[in-house]
Amino acid sequence: MPPHPETWLKVTDAGLFCEPGGFFIDPLRAVDRAVITHGHSDHARPGHRAVLATPETLAIMTHRLGEGRAGESRQPLRYGETISADGVAITLRPAGHVLGSAQLVLEWRGARAVISGDYKTRPDPTCAAFEPVPCDVFVTEATFGLPVFRHPPAEAEIARLLSSLRVFPERTHVVGAYALGKTQRLIALLRAAGHHAPIYVHGALAPMNEVYRRFDIELGDLRPATVANREALKGAIVLAPPGAIQDRWARRLSDPVVCLASGWMRVRQRAKSRGVELPLVISDHADWDELNATLDAVGAPEVWVTHGAEEALIHAAGLRGIRGRALSLVGRGDEDEAVAEPPAGSAAPAAREAAEEDRSGSAAPAAREAAEEDRSGSAAPAAREAGEAQAP
Amino acid sequence: MKAFAALLERLVLTPARSTKLAVLKDWISTEPDPDRGIGLAALTGELSFAAAKAGLIRALAAERTDPVLFALSYDFVGDLAETVSLMWPAHEGTDAEGPSLAEVAATLASARKDALPGIVADWLDALDASSRFALLKLITGGMRVGVSARLVKVALAERYGKDIAEIEEAWPAVEPPYLAMFRWLEGAGPQPRSAEAPVFRPPMLANPLDEAELVGLDPARFRAEWKWDGIRVQLVATPAGTKLWSRGGEEIGQAFPEIVAAMEGLHAVLDGELLVMRDGVVAAFSELQQRLNRKAPGPKLLREHPAHVRLYDMLFEGAEDIRPLPFDARRARLEVWLARARPPRMDLSPLVPFTSWEELARIRAGAREAGIEGLMLKEAASPYVAGRPKGPWFKWKRDPLVIDAVLMYAQRGHGKRSSFYSDYTFGVWRGEELVPVGKAYSGFTDQELAWLDRWVRTNTTGRFGPVREVEKALVLEVAFDAAQRSARHRSGVALRFPRISRIRTDKPATEADRIETLLALIDRG
Repeated sequence: MPPHPETWLKVTDAGLFCEPGGFFIDPLRAVDRAVITHGHSDHARPGHRAVLATPETLAIMTHRLGEGRAGESRQPLRYGETISADGVAITLRPAGHVLGSAQLVLEWRGARAVISGDYKTRPDPTCAAFEPVPCDVFVTEATFGLPVFRHPPAEAEIARLLSSLRVFPERTHVVGAYALGKTQRLIALLRAAGHHAPIYVHGALAPMNEVYRRFDIELGDLRPATVANREALKGAIVLAPPGAIQDRWARRLSDPVVCLASGWMRVRQRAKSRGVELPLVISDHADWDELNATLDAVGAPEVWVTHGAEEALIHAAGLRGIRGRALSLVGRGDEDEAVAEPPAGSAAPAAREAAEEDRSGSAAPAAREAAEEDRSGSAAPAAREAGEAQAP
Repeated sequence: MKAFAALLERLVLTPARSTKLAVLKDWISTEPDPDRGIGLAALTGELSFAAAKAGLIRALAAERTDPVLFALSYDFVGDLAETVSLMWPAHEGTDAEGPSLAEVAATLASARKDALPGIVADWLDALDASSRFALLKLITGGMRVGVSARLVKVALAERYGKDIAEIEEAWPAVEPPYLAMFRWLEGAGPQPRSAEAPVFRPPMLANPLDEAELVGLDPARFRAEWKWDGIRVQLVATPAGTKLWSRGGEEIGQAFPEIVAAMEGLHAVLDGELLVMRDGVVAAFSELQQRLNRKAPGPKLLREHPAHVRLYDMLFEGAEDIRPLPFDARRARLEVWLARARPPRMDLSPLVPFTSWEELARIRAGAREAGIEGLMLKEAASPYVAGRPKGPWFKWKRDPLVIDAVLMYAQRGHGKRSSFYSDYTFGVWRGEELVPVGKAYSGFTDQELAWLDRWVRTNTTGRFGPVREVEKALVLEVAFDAAQRSARHRSGVALRFPRISRIRTDKPATEADRIETLLALIDRG
């Protein structure tokens, strides 16, 4: 009987480790031998001795980390090619996440595990499409592993952006987007939708566009977005890092419409709390339906979840007879919001008290609201009271 | 439904008040009757469907979704309507216009209760996520789109060039979808009025006093009263009926039947503070809170927590509107009327005599009874004006008390804060252990909230449902208005209006306050 991947693929402090092959996958700290699924900084960290990845990922890593830090020895492996590491066959298959992103197919003594990295299954003009690979254990992310996350077609979201541009032709549309992947995909989608005007790009996003161009991804007329050309930016699309869309830089633009392209934008209170006026639900991660469809497509009897909303995905897998296991890898994902929590029943008494205090007063909401309105007034520091007093 | 969904979307994502007003005015100008009125009623919280409540939505969710996935999703999203609208198993790309607001309102009001779940489910099946959200919000109420009833009225006033007071006056006389009001606003009918109906009149509110302002104010022109620690109420008794209103215009008579009974036979509109009172002594706010928490109080609660109204103003005597009179004149009318009518469970809030601000400051500093929150200053000549005019009335609260407490647990907030750990349970030392003494969810800036949220996430030691237990290492300075004994809290102490006043990263947890410090504050009271 082939050895269960549990016996040769181990969770360590540094991340997943393939014992017979002697290499780590997306390790958290510098190691001797690493296989990297894609170029995002939470997966591709600096300082490894030997690195195996797709040529695209190696180029992205070299660009981001610098020649010296992206691995002393860098070995490119194209999609579909196989090499052997001490008897473990390693094949990379497209993950559809960003340029160069790969699923890692490991075969040892007749057992096959697929480590998918981050992935999405819908088409993306800037990277190769996800290929499901049947396996014994499928290792998946679950960033959007809750049924509230269903990404609409990206083309429809782009249409909303372009329609807003038509309604507000004087306003600069500042779109928050990650430097690697999201930015280039947005540009490509805009071009495909017939938007051929210059797109202005924040300095932090520009270099990665050049890496994409080297791999023949067509991005059209891109120009630097600086406050100096404020006039030209009227009615234009400006791409900027998500952290920059709310700062002083963005506010100096011409009456900006703040947009953010992210799967999290599906939850409107999240958009609101980030001050986003036009949320664009565009993600490079699989949504709930994609995650579940992928589990079915690979047909693995067992799924390991690296990070995200593990509990919900494992529960949903369990309903279909798929055994689930949470790896709880640390240091993954931009968010830990979706990290699931044990049920309230297990709470320590004091914590339960803390939880329940809130719910105790359920009746007579009207009067309570009145009382609370009063409370919020009195609770506020002087500054807020002054603000309140100014209201007519 | 699509137009209403778009309205909600624009309102929720627009932080600027001016833009919200523009969006509302656009709705008022373009939406046909009766949907425009129904939409406004939904925003102002005046739509209520007895048969369709949040429970119905939960039941539908339980039927159509997996309970574990629903619970996890709800915990993440923090809003019932949004959770259900997002996870409702419908085909994406559904693009139906769906039912009109009028159709929804009529159906919810008339359909048999057992037929409603099926009707609502059919609607949800036909709508896209955004319209599903709008429909569910319509049913559950509580829009949370940052629009108050007041803002809607301002939009109406601006759209039709009316004074806001005229809108406030007409508002109680009309009901959704406000057809008579729109006829008046569009010049096709008279202003709706409600002289005899026991309607709510927006109360006159006070501004917090900035003590630096006192220098410019003439003490002889002001009157002082105690600021009682209850809730503000308006008592309306006319031959057409009696009603007890909260400050925000919610009817609360059902929870206080003894007050409604005491209003029987009166003809006046009175302004006062609702309190729990025994033998003339005002009880702590926490005792009133127990009454507020009960929609229909039982005999034991009524006996042990008797309600009382301490009156301080009069808006109408009989059918006469005396709001234009100066404060002194209204007060004299109130005193004479009260001496004559002698209604049970009501008394007069006395004036606090003073001749200088220094003297009044001393009086304020000396008052620490549980029932007193501070002082009110009212200009003797001030007419009674709806809203919060700047100048005539001030509230001058007691200085808050502060303790240094240790953060013990944190919980995610709701609505806008659902992504943040924003509710903090804190404790003080009793011997070698920390005992929780309260919970605070305000007082901090957005930056401080982001910092606290990060701190909670990186210092979590345990998770209990929505609650995270944290390393007992962070000291918070907590301000509060009073400390009271409480059997409901493990520590035996309850704090009034606790809020975070400072984050004390400079202070080790071992140096936080002890329970004895808090107990001493109670004994002082």
